[in-house]
Amino acid sequence: MKTLKLLTGLAILLIISAFAVGNMDLLSTGYSVGDEAEDFNLKNVDDKMVSLADYEDAKGFIVVFTCNTCPFAVANEDRIIALDEKYKDQGYPVIAINPNNPDVQAGDSFDLMKERADEKGFTFPYLLDEGQKVYPKYGATKTPHVYILKKENGKNIVKYIGAIDDSARDASEVEDKFVENAVDELLADKEVTVQTTKAIGCSVKV
Amino acid sequence: MSEKVRSDDKKEIASTDALIPTYDFNEFESTLHQNDDKVHVINFWATWCKPCIAELPYFDRINKEYADRDIKVTLVSLDFPNQIESRLIPFIKKKDIKAEVVFLDDPKGNSWIPKVDESWSGAIPATVFYKNGKRKFFERSFTYEELSAELDKFINSTKNKD
Repeated sequence: MKTLKLLTGLAILLIISAFAVGNMDLLSTGYSVGDEAEDFNLKNVDDKMVSLADYEDAKGFIVVFTCNTCPFAVANEDRIIALDEKYKDQGYPVIAINPNNPDVQAGDSFDLMKERADEKGFTFPYLLDEGQKVYPKYGATKTPHVYILKKENGKNIVKYIGAIDDSARDASEVEDKFVENAVDELLADKEVTVQTTKAIGCSVKV
Repeated sequence: MSEKVRSDDKKEIASTDALIPTYDFNEFESTLHQNDDKVHVINFWATWCKPCIAELPYFDRINKEYADRDIKVTLVSLDFPNQIESRLIPFIKKKDIKAEVVFLDDPKGNSWIPKVDESWSGAIPATVFYKNGKRKFFERSFTYEELSAELDKFINSTKNKD
């Protein structure tokens, strides 16, 4: 009887998962707030490999999927630098990741990433998602796309997904600084009030 | 030679006459909810978005080839406000886009993106089909064949309902 129940349960599970796989393109995949984010090991513009585990003293991370070529990403570069400058010393460094495949978007090649990081004086790592393996795990769909992680019991837990602020295309019209609000709340040991936000951005090029 | 110059001049005047309607989302929102028995195809794009400009001619072609099927194509530009004259208008002229183009000038994406579709992350291109209360949303890019197949499917599904 027990085995029968188990088998029925297994059959139902199989049917459900087959349905889920079949409808993959209809479902948004990737992390939700509350999920544990996997670590990665990606090459930085200084040719060194970077993992979240390298940051022993960090309280968390501001992970930003961004690139050289998207005008909305470019419009946010100064804001990303400002976030790193404000929060790195408080334990929330920025980690930027370029999710685009340089074979599809030539302007996002590793060499041009180096050039851009140098021109803008990026104060944070700017990593290439080689083989485009990390961004789908997060579920990033566009640049810029921010994930705030907080270390809890040795795990990196997703606390916020979305935009830097409420005016992606124009810094002068910003009224609500979503990422700053969220990190400030985390630093004060509070729950994040606004956990997901939307903004126009460039689709990831793969 | 002089005649050619004159005809080019005419074209120039005609295009500057055709100003692009500009809306914030409140003004634009009714475009997403017309109960007029037409099939509406609404594409969100920008001249700075590569996959968008690749598929834009397909939407223009849909506008032409489905003309007898009570269809309305609206191309919603999300360009930068300071690039309307320098990029958007020249692009429409160069590509000879005949479908209606509007400029959605509203930087506060977080407030309006979910009103287009709850599932939209904000990545473009993105497209809505709707007819009266029935709608379908796509956060993806299309080839002409894919677009026309999806549209045929949608048109058929609305017919079954009627």
